[in-house]
Amino acid sequence: MSSDPTDAAAPDRPVPDRSAGIEPVPGVAKPDPILRADGIRRSFGGLTAVDVDHLEVQRGTITALIGPNGAGKSTLFNLLTGFDRVDSGQWTYEGRSLQGLAGHQVARRGMVRTFQLTKALTRMTVMDNMLLAAQGQVGEKMLGGLLRLWTTQEAANRKRAIELLERFKLDTKRDEMAGSLSGGQRKLLEMARALMVQPGMVMLDEPMAGVNPALVQSLLGHITALRDDGMTVLFVEHDMDVIMGISDWIVVLAEGKIIAEGCPDDIRSNTQVIDAYLGASHDDPAAATGEDR
Amino acid sequence: MRRRLVTVLLAVVAAILASTAPAVADDQGGVNVNGQIRQPEEVEGIDITVFKGDEEIGKATTDPAGKWDVELPEPGDYRVVLDQKSVPKEFVVDDPPGHELEVKVREGQQRTVVFRLAPPGEQESEASPSESKDDEASPDDEGDAAGGIDSSTPFSSQVVQATIAGIVFGLIIAVSSIGLSLIFGTTKMINFAHGDMVTFGAMMALMFSTSATFGAMSLVPAALLAVILGGLLGLGLERFVWRPLRKRNVALIQMFIVSIGASLLLRHVLLISFGAQRNKYADFRIQELLTLGPVSISPRNLSIALLAIAVLVAVGLMLQFTRIGKAMRAVADNRDLSESSGIDVDRVTLYVWGMGGALAALGGVFYGLYESVHWQMGFHLLLLMFAGVILGGLGTAYGAMAGGVVIGLVATLSTLWFPAQLMVAFALAIMIIVLLVRPQGIMGRRERVG
Amino acid sequence: MDFLSIFSAALGSAIGPIAAIYALAAIGLNMHFGYTGLLNFGQVGFMLVGAYGVAVSVLTFGLPIWAGFLASIACAIVLALLLGIPTLRLRADYLAICTIGVAEVVRLIYRAPVARDLTGGVYGRQGFADGFDDANPFTDGLDLGIVSFRASDLWVMVWAWGLVGLATLVMWLLMHSPWGRVIKGIREDEEAVRSLGKNVFLYKMQSLVLGGVFGALAGALIGLNQQTVTPDQFMPQVTFYLWAMLLLGGAGRTLGPIIGSMAMWFLLTLFDEILRGLDSIDMLPFFGGPEVGAMRHAIVGLVLVLLIIYRPQGIVGDRKEMLVNVK
Repeated sequence: MSSDPTDAAAPDRPVPDRSAGIEPVPGVAKPDPILRADGIRRSFGGLTAVDVDHLEVQRGTITALIGPNGAGKSTLFNLLTGFDRVDSGQWTYEGRSLQGLAGHQVARRGMVRTFQLTKALTRMTVMDNMLLAAQGQVGEKMLGGLLRLWTTQEAANRKRAIELLERFKLDTKRDEMAGSLSGGQRKLLEMARALMVQPGMVMLDEPMAGVNPALVQSLLGHITALRDDGMTVLFVEHDMDVIMGISDWIVVLAEGKIIAEGCPDDIRSNTQVIDAYLGASHDDPAAATGEDR
Repeated sequence: MRRRLVTVLLAVVAAILASTAPAVADDQGGVNVNGQIRQPEEVEGIDITVFKGDEEIGKATTDPAGKWDVELPEPGDYRVVLDQKSVPKEFVVDDPPGHELEVKVREGQQRTVVFRLAPPGEQESEASPSESKDDEASPDDEGDAAGGIDSSTPFSSQVVQATIAGIVFGLIIAVSSIGLSLIFGTTKMINFAHGDMVTFGAMMALMFSTSATFGAMSLVPAALLAVILGGLLGLGLERFVWRPLRKRNVALIQMFIVSIGASLLLRHVLLISFGAQRNKYADFRIQELLTLGPVSISPRNLSIALLAIAVLVAVGLMLQFTRIGKAMRAVADNRDLSESSGIDVDRVTLYVWGMGGALAALGGVFYGLYESVHWQMGFHLLLLMFAGVILGGLGTAYGAMAGGVVIGLVATLSTLWFPAQLMVAFALAIMIIVLLVRPQGIMGRRERVG
Repeated sequence: MDFLSIFSAALGSAIGPIAAIYALAAIGLNMHFGYTGLLNFGQVGFMLVGAYGVAVSVLTFGLPIWAGFLASIACAIVLALLLGIPTLRLRADYLAICTIGVAEVVRLIYRAPVARDLTGGVYGRQGFADGFDDANPFTDGLDLGIVSFRASDLWVMVWAWGLVGLATLVMWLLMHSPWGRVIKGIREDEEAVRSLGKNVFLYKMQSLVLGGVFGALAGALIGLNQQTVTPDQFMPQVTFYLWAMLLLGGAGRTLGPIIGSMAMWFLLTLFDEILRGLDSIDMLPFFGGPEVGAMRHAIVGLVLVLLIIYRPQGIVGDRKEMLVNVK
């Protein structure tokens, strides 16, 4: 299904670079955006955590969202995926508005997220984790589950789950509790589980956080493989080396605003980005808002 | 450490039991419940059934003189139920005392149970809140309004009186619930035993002020002692129960269950120790009302209100200006951030529990003065406290104060139109509306509560 | 003291109608807490509306008993919606606070004078179970040597244990289906489940309703068993008994609530009888007979605390499964 995952950063990709020729300015329009956001704002207490005027994500690319601690990356992520509510703003996925949709509705539309702290359902088996992600299950309705109308569908889902687990080299662990997996394997499971939803776009929140360095290359390989399969990937990360290696496009966030956008080479030479990274405090403004209470 | 936990728990139970064990009557003999239906006249053929818990113990039918009796297997708590269908058409059962009574039968006792009949329409209005519920035979009539609003006065002055009573009651709720809110803020734990800490304070003050062992001291020193003991109870719970549990990484849900268990334990240990009857403090019972224009208030309630305000202001100043107070607010706001900025979170939590326990005990004394002391008083106050802290914003001290006053006011004003026992329902209705509209409460920060 | 009679009383209560009724209510609580992780501290509220569902339907509206059971179920659904809509989107602790409060308020409303025409106020309702009794096919009691049951007990036992069996079957089927997988996923981490496109709120609501319906059926059986319902028998303590039973048996296990209820009633009756025995020969150190009932509540509280600390998985539970985190 995928190429050798270790050649993650290989420059000669089999697919054309879909972000070539886009001007590296904040809020720039893309030729074929899958996600388009306007005026996304969210504040905690008096502090504005996210204030994004315009953002487009090009279809079929790996787009990285970076920024210093507390820049609002994860908050923006939560807002876009329906896990937090915007104060104002609107955004569309595949041309349809996602505004006001709950997290599960966004996922059903095909935009599936993972979490910074892995949320493998630790006391369920790896296989149950996978099966849970399948959509449109009759057996997930109360009556359908009770009357055992779901056995055929379950068998088909199980087959698909095994294929995905093989791809992520987790097939031998399928009957083990997810909690017994290593940190890296949990990240892989989370990614495999997200694919089980059959998304058009995956949103990875710090996929490398807490992963054994030996596994990082393999993870990166899987991410590029997703793109090569035609999926759009948006991910939050703050390790610059990782980002530069695999991203097609990079969006830089500081104090809730987009301060730069561009391909890795543009960002590397952007002085604003360097300032933001060196000059920003490492406190999380969202957590420090309530001292006056 | 496990062993120490158990030892402490058992020691607490044993100490409370040992110190206040009621004397057991020595005389042996059969126990029964009996009575005579003779008001307004002797009625034959009324069925009376005695239950223990859910189990039927015995049945009796009144004889021509209206007399009945049921032999009981042993002393204990029984429920005596008069079958209303057996009552002749020309009568209804008068209420109070009602057709069903809880009685406690002691060793060797021939317990007389009083039922009264009345011609239809002439029975006492049961909705009128009465304060004379001190006798053992009254069923647990929780939540009777202490305002004692007399329905003969004009409505406008009723409103004024109810408002005053509501403010006093609200201040009591506010004092009691600061601890509840701060404990939640610092530990994210809901202390379901907080209501019983209120009862504990009220009962301790009652014990010191009435028991001869303690020289039947007057209420003020008794209340001070109760507040100190309440603080110690809070400190002890934190130090020997909650902190060890946190250190063992027991999940919050489990901690809630532990606190429910602790509340059940504390409540019934108090019940065993002090009995189920309602008591009043000996001091400040009957007082002349102070009147100022349309407003009249008893010196007792005025003192409660003034003291409560003083305490609230003092707590506010403490939180605002002292180091420990600021630390409390910081920890309540964000435990992790406070810890990383060098605050000794464990120590602050300990102080919060101590202060919370002391304030709960003080609230208990106030509540006991305002109404009466009863083993379930704290549980019912707890529901109002929950409503108050959620309205104000869970985890904030000032929110608890404001929310408490509002809830007390609303609960009391509702008694103008609705039976007093439903005032908890209005408080909870407010709470549910708040949860629907603004779950973080009036003073809470907008954050993710979902 | 007569140890044989103490033992026989304890055994009788472990398999008697009351244990079955509590097992049914605890199965509902297991649905809430054991599988879904919902903190319901007001299961007694569901039992109350269930008991009155039958009593009021039969007595006030003259409906047959089966229709009363339907009314009980309907009341439980309404109560679950009332509790769930404001709280299930919020953190788990809000549900806990609301359940404990609403259950008590429901009791206060049912005993209020304004509701007297329907509920009989503090007097409750009697004489609605005649139809149930008339249908009793048992004419004699059952004597098994060590325990014996009256004919009326047997009839309630048939229904109560029958419903326990049915509820257990339903729970087993559901929890071994994709529906149960979602429910267990929610207990683990509801955000993760939400990120996979599941409507977490809907599942939690279904769980609250289903468990509440089991509670209501248990309440209806209480009414039929006693032939009478009064609001004050549905005190908050009942819920905590159920919690103790569930945790004793093992939360999140199909048989946990049943084993827990039987074990708990066995132990409670044993405890009661021994205390009474001691009391009758003046061997009680600190307190007299009247305090035995309160002592029992206190012991249940202590059991709850100790179970959570030392054996959160109960008798048949899996320790790992019980380490559920608040979300």
